[in-house]
Amino acid sequence: MLDATPILEADQLVKTFGDSTALDGLSFKVGTGESLGLLGVNGAGKTTAMNLLLGLTTPTSGSIRIFGKDFWKHRIEILKQVNFSSAYTSLPSNLLVWQNLNVFARLYGVPRPKQKIDELLELLEITHLRKSVTGKLSAGESTRVNLVKALLNEPRLLLLDEPTASLDPDIADRVRKLLRKLQLEKGLSILYTSHNMRDIEEVCDRLIFLHGGKVLAEGTPGEVHERFHRSSLEDLFIGVARGEIAAIGLEKIN
Amino acid sequence: MPFSFHIASALVLRYIYLYTRNPVRFVELIFWPLVDLLMWGFLTIYLQKQGSGHFAGAITYLIGGMILWDVLFRSQQGVAISFLEDVWTRNLLNVFVAPVRTIEYVAATCVVGVLRVLVTLIVLTVVAALAYQFHLTDLGLGLLPFLGNLMVFGWFLGMISTALIMRWGQAAESLAWAVPFFIQPLAAVFYPVSVLPSWLQPIAMALPCTPVFEGMRTVLAGQPVPWGNVQSAVVLNLIWGAIAGLFFAANLRYVRKTGLLVKVATQ
Repeated sequence: MLDATPILEADQLVKTFGDSTALDGLSFKVGTGESLGLLGVNGAGKTTAMNLLLGLTTPTSGSIRIFGKDFWKHRIEILKQVNFSSAYTSLPSNLLVWQNLNVFARLYGVPRPKQKIDELLELLEITHLRKSVTGKLSAGESTRVNLVKALLNEPRLLLLDEPTASLDPDIADRVRKLLRKLQLEKGLSILYTSHNMRDIEEVCDRLIFLHGGKVLAEGTPGEVHERFHRSSLEDLFIGVARGEIAAIGLEKIN
Repeated sequence: MPFSFHIASALVLRYIYLYTRNPVRFVELIFWPLVDLLMWGFLTIYLQKQGSGHFAGAITYLIGGMILWDVLFRSQQGVAISFLEDVWTRNLLNVFVAPVRTIEYVAATCVVGVLRVLVTLIVLTVVAALAYQFHLTDLGLGLLPFLGNLMVFGWFLGMISTALIMRWGQAAESLAWAVPFFIQPLAAVFYPVSVLPSWLQPIAMALPCTPVFEGMRTVLAGQPVPWGNVQSAVVLNLIWGAIAGLFFAANLRYVRKTGLLVKVATQ
């Protein structure tokens, strides 16, 4: 399913907040049907990058092209074919699951909302939650309902911000497998941020390791940790977090 | 400017779900206005008795003022509280990353304002008629443009409140309730503008609601609808609409630039 045609192109993205630089010239591409992970310690710039790509924050400089179009000139048209799920957002808690999904199906202009909702609830094995109160769901159930919301419009590009945070290993594993399945079957492109190395290794074809708002390394998960002579991504992550790797890494890249 | 009724109606549907799922919200729409109505009603009855006829028109002025003020207040609340609902439920990001134009979002909150006004207005009108023989319909033809202007001004105050909350975060959420009360002393709700010090009167007359309340008292005094007041309210509303729209858009740009939008949404 992997296709070199870029579905998302970020070019020289810079974002500063006052004196602090959150992103310093970030450039990357996501191909059709590709899953790209953004990895990095806290403050590396992952969430800032995600917010820029979603139009929640405007870049200080640089450009974003999605589906070959300038994001800020065609924002609404692009957002119709993009969706998003995050562990840090939720759907209104006192509404029933189907009510929340019905609203978002209509916001995304889904042609037969009821049918689509039922189909996705079944795909994520949560049909029984249809009439549940959203606020009473467990973390795992809530994540799956958020994923149903994120798949309602059959997005060509899915942005996921730590979707498995707060999930137990069993549910996290199910979610990863499901995402991989959707990516392979539907040619879905995914941009994935996580602190969880397992997520990145299992779901992503390629990753970008961010550090201090810059790209520290880029490649397949295996290539990236081998380049730094580390036994695993997790080992690399710890090395970066403890300041053992940043200097060598940037030197190598330069 | 492109506008999708489909999107705006989906947002309204969500607010209808929110209200119908939680009866406490209806209590809020009815309880406080009723408390106000009863308090002002009994106070004016007392004043009438004490003043042996000196306050003959007072009951109609005060109750009329109170009901019309509530139209403005509920309309403002419709806009400001709808935004806060999204913040409280951590749903704001989901809405802002959906293909929703700002104008569709604001329009949906304005419709919620209209629905809130309708509920409150019906209840207050019935109770005022039963308890105090005050008939809002006595305002005749002038009633509709009076209500319309107050409702529209309520939307604009709601947009200004929302813009301030976006900029200053949840710490400033009390502004959703406070903003209308900043202008209340100048709005001539319960007394004529002439009571105000002369230097405050031009400021009072720059508010679209002031000619409405003045006009209401004229009609309740048995005179014809002062259409000049209605005209002034419309013109002032156009000016306030432009100011509120520009203020809202400028603040949205600012919170996107500074990252405050995400901060407010994930607090």
